[in-house]
Amino acid sequence: MKGKAYVLGNNIDTDQIIPAEHLVYSIDDEQESKKYGHFALSGVPMSQAGLPEGSTPFIEGDDWQSDFSIIIGGSNFGCGSSREHAPFALMKAGVVAIVAESYARIFYRNSVDGGFVIPYESADKINDKISTGDNLELDLEFNVLRNLTREEVYHLKPLGEALPIIEAGGLFNYARLSGMIS
Amino acid sequence: MGMTITEKILAKASGRNKVEPGENIWLDVDVLMTHDVCGPPTISIWKNEFGKDAKIWDKNKLVIFPDHYIFTSNKHANRNVDILREFAKEYDIENYYDVGSERYKGVCHIALAEEGYNLPGTVLFGTDSHTCTSGAFGMFATGVGNTDAAFILGTGKIWEKVPESMKFTFNGRLPDYLTAKDLILQILGDITTDGATYRAMEFDGEAVFNLSMNERMTLTNMAIEAGGMSGIIKADEITGKYVKERIDKSFEIFESDNDAKYHSTYEYNVSEIEPLIAKPHSPDNRDLVRNAAGTPLTKCYIGSCTGGKITDFLFAAKFLFRNKVKVPTFVVPASTQVAKQLEIETYNGIPLKEIFEKSGCIIARSSCAACLGGPDDTIGRAVDKDVVISTTNRNFPGRMGSKKSEVYLASPLTVAASAVSGVITDPRDFI
Ligand code: SF4
Repeated sequence: MKGKAYVLGNNIDTDQIIPAEHLVYSIDDEQESKKYGHFALSGVPMSQAGLPEGSTPFIEGDDWQSDFSIIIGGSNFGCGSSREHAPFALMKAGVVAIVAESYARIFYRNSVDGGFVIPYESADKINDKISTGDNLELDLEFNVLRNLTREEVYHLKPLGEALPIIEAGGLFNYARLSGMIS
Repeated sequence: MGMTITEKILAKASGRNKVEPGENIWLDVDVLMTHDVCGPPTISIWKNEFGKDAKIWDKNKLVIFPDHYIFTSNKHANRNVDILREFAKEYDIENYYDVGSERYKGVCHIALAEEGYNLPGTVLFGTDSHTCTSGAFGMFATGVGNTDAAFILGTGKIWEKVPESMKFTFNGRLPDYLTAKDLILQILGDITTDGATYRAMEFDGEAVFNLSMNERMTLTNMAIEAGGMSGIIKADEITGKYVKERIDKSFEIFESDNDAKYHSTYEYNVSEIEPLIAKPHSPDNRDLVRNAAGTPLTKCYIGSCTGGKITDFLFAAKFLFRNKVKVPTFVVPASTQVAKQLEIETYNGIPLKEIFEKSGCIIARSSCAACLGGPDDTIGRAVDKDVVISTTNRNFPGRMGSKKSEVYLASPLTVAASAVSGVITDPRDFI
């Protein structure tokens, strides 16, 4: 899995990921749900948007898809409200995985159970080692993140109990595969 | 080895004798609560996943409160309420509290308590992060996203990792310049916004058990601000009385064993705590009110599931009585029941509503209102570079509206004292 990095700081809360005023759009309507992509990460203060320099918009102009598909975060990523719109908005914008030092519980569950994005935990702090725009490669087999731009390798914590749910593509598929629901 | 109250409740709900922190278990859910923001997507996921014959596992256990974006002309927000209304009609959901009807309640977490859904020993899930509020009733309550809620809606079950518990003991008697809000801000400053991630926060001690149910809910409400999965306070006589006045249902009271194992324990003597404030832009950015005193304000806000209960308004009335506010001050009763109480409860013989009107406050209709910003026409919303002091629970950038605004979180005493001074003010200056 390859993609460009978008680097953020600590405590990125769900109001920054998708500000509350945008929670009103339909998630089923193909056209309307693109707004979630468009407004993804729009609550991040400009100085913190795309570290280390900041002021790098996640989404350009009227677009709803981002050039950046791997988010690098610090600690407590996704804290705040329970809105599942947060990982959904990131997915809509084209994010496939997040690598952060730690996550807030509800955001982590939503990412996994909804099958939206893969929430990896890094073994160490890495958001000060990677720059926004670096080319990354995520290796799910060996649980490492390779920085192709800087030729560095970062270790990730195994996904553990979340892995079978992620592999199934979310909680419902998992429950179906395991015979819990039909 | 003994178990904590949380472990005991989770063991019961998973049909086991014993559970241990870290284990993933499947729970039987007693109540599922949702609202207008997360209800529609939950319903949509449930329909998509379970197909045409999607069934609600037990419709008496589903409770729906429109409360977030209620009084707005925003089309999309109103559509969400329409979706709930149609769903409630189609599936004959008795526990739906429609806006515009006599049944309308206001903020879900307070309404859950008032309507008797909070029962000691039970397990409640809600599509709102502050669902932990209900833990004040000696029950396990936590927030989940829409997919998890849709799964519960169809099966009545959900997986959860048994949390480790942290214990916070407040010894002594609360002085009259402190409220439960100061106690939880104390903890937040100490353990920070991820200090309790994936853990249960258990509150204990004389000062806690002397609190009313309303004040206990202020403590458990903000467990999520430390990342906590849940907050919990053992049920006692005060809990039992509150519940029995509202519903005729039996319940089971659990308590932690003396040899239960905790991740960590914290002890406080409340006489050593001073009025506290969380400065922009994080609930753990704690300081003494004294140190922030004098900061000019453009708005004051008394409302939300944290600070819009009748006890919060009784605190506020102490300083608003016979005093005019110097900056626009919003009074937002969390529920319609609280709004009614404002007309009945008195301070110095005067109904609270009259006190607030005379002091120049703007009294809004019950709902979440500006606690989370909301559409542009939301009452009390922070605009431009507003500097707000608020009894709510979050002050992340943009949380109350404008990203340029600055929000301070404090107790209703501190907010009321600041409202009549126009600058951040220590409540002790008034007592
Ligand atoms: S009052 Fe605020 S914190 Fe409480 S449920 Fe409403 S938006 Fe959430």
